[in-house]
Amino acid sequence: MMHWSPIAKAAFFSLVGLIVLISAFPFYYAVVSSFKQGSALFDVTYLPEPNLRNYVAVFTEQPFGRNILNSLLVAFAVVTLSLALGLTAAYALGRIRFRGRGALLVTVLAVSMFPQVAVLSGMFELIRWLGIYNSLPALIVANMMLTLPFTVWVLTTFMRELPKELEEAAFVDGATPGQVIWHVFLPLMGPAMAATGLLSFIVAWNEFLFALTFTLSNEMRTVPVAIALITGASQYELPWGNIMAASVIVTVPLIALVLMFQRRIVSGLTAGAVKG
Amino acid sequence: MTDHGGLAPILRRSAVYFLAPMLTALALAAGWPLARTIYFALTDARLDGLSEASFVGLENFWNASWGGLLADPAWWRAVSNTLIFTGVSVGLETVLGIAIALTLNMTFPGRGLVRAVVLIPWAIPTIVSAKMWGWMLHDQFGMVNDLFARMGFISEPVAWLASADTALLAIILVDVWKTTPFMTLLVLAALQMLPHDIYEAARIDGVHPVKVFLRITLPLIWPALMVAVIFRGLDALRAFDLMYAMTGNSEDTMTMSVFARQQLVDFQDVGYGAAASTMLFLIIALLVAMVLTLGRVRLTEDLR
Repeated sequence: MMHWSPIAKAAFFSLVGLIVLISAFPFYYAVVSSFKQGSALFDVTYLPEPNLRNYVAVFTEQPFGRNILNSLLVAFAVVTLSLALGLTAAYALGRIRFRGRGALLVTVLAVSMFPQVAVLSGMFELIRWLGIYNSLPALIVANMMLTLPFTVWVLTTFMRELPKELEEAAFVDGATPGQVIWHVFLPLMGPAMAATGLLSFIVAWNEFLFALTFTLSNEMRTVPVAIALITGASQYELPWGNIMAASVIVTVPLIALVLMFQRRIVSGLTAGAVKG
Repeated sequence: MTDHGGLAPILRRSAVYFLAPMLTALALAAGWPLARTIYFALTDARLDGLSEASFVGLENFWNASWGGLLADPAWWRAVSNTLIFTGVSVGLETVLGIAIALTLNMTFPGRGLVRAVVLIPWAIPTIVSAKMWGWMLHDQFGMVNDLFARMGFISEPVAWLASADTALLAIILVDVWKTTPFMTLLVLAALQMLPHDIYEAARIDGVHPVKVFLRITLPLIWPALMVAVIFRGLDALRAFDLMYAMTGNSEDTMTMSVFARQQLVDFQDVGYGAAASTMLFLIIALLVAMVLTLGRVRLTEDLR
């Protein structure tokens, strides 16, 4: 674009400016609103006047700290389980030749097409039978349906591309398949595991339908459900200041995470979707 | 894949142990619950007495006394909402995703930063975007009404989410805002794998940029684009979070997922809700099967 006319350049940069504005403005406006109290919320203004009273209110008027802890516990458990189960399965699917491998991969992929609502009643029954209704383990079990398929899929794709000489030397030296996974593949799979782990974390952190259905009390809710169900003094009077403050609190770390690991996430997503 | 000679049989046997934990987890978290849901669809189960359900055959889908799912106008309204939502939002996301990806594929100062900023909507949890936009679209105090009034587009505040004409449109726009980055990301990745020399040749020959896009770029990114569209389409067909958080159980925006959950949880009618869930599952399964057989989308290189 070096040889573009000034008009073309101006048009191009206005387009880029517009894209940036539309992407970032709603969050900026949420930040501005989160500082406002009472009737100040009814005036539309665009400059922030920092005031943290809503942020304090979110933690004192409801168990929001507990909600954040719940979300973190569920997300970390889901990520750890998905990666552990995904890595061992990916080794079998990516490095071992056996009959029915392709069919198995397609079955795993098919699970990621399941609508959540299609398992809702069966899952409800299972969770009640296991006695984990209204507790975090219920959400951990349910979330596995969302994270495990793509974890297996992406890790298998990465695993398949590693040179075959890798494990041969180890096997010749008498290593067991388990040792090969632990000592040979785990270190090499770092970037792929980081990418899929991060995606699983985001999925589990954002998950709403299961958390809404399988928890009952305020103390067991995860962040998205807590935010969706924040209510005010009356049904028609939503405390928008508090809702915006809670929204900003849970979004800032996520945006930071995505911006920091941008490359990894893109490589994980594209390995899962484009490469196939 | 190569054989490991003498090792192959040992490895093949160990494959079972490596796969078993993952398969057990998937069976527990997906296979079994799905099977039970399909079973419940054939019963009159209630949420407070799942074990006392009796078998009623296909009555939840169709029967002479009260009609069943296939005669329920509310269900068909949900089907039509879901299809409109999916078609319009995925269509817009694809066009905008391509346009933004082409823009960000240019070399310009600050490109890295812009690429990062574009990801922000995607990083925001769906419930949070629903609430943020719900506030911006607020009928009395929302900034959208304020801005439009100042610019003279509207003479009086519009109840974007409460009126039947605009509610679904508003939700589509929020979804487009939130998921276009995903499309952009995938198209951008495909664009970056394109060979430079074709473009160099086209430039020297003075081919019009629009023609270059239609004749070279689009065909080359087509496979990646189709995979992205299918993934997004399947996601949109089961949409729940946005509608539930922005308009609750409102009929104007109710999707198939919202309908099924309302029956299951709010009305405690597990049999009927499971029937709706099963229909949604069947519709998606049918579409996937069609895509896999008709389309030339190959999901993996060496499936055997």
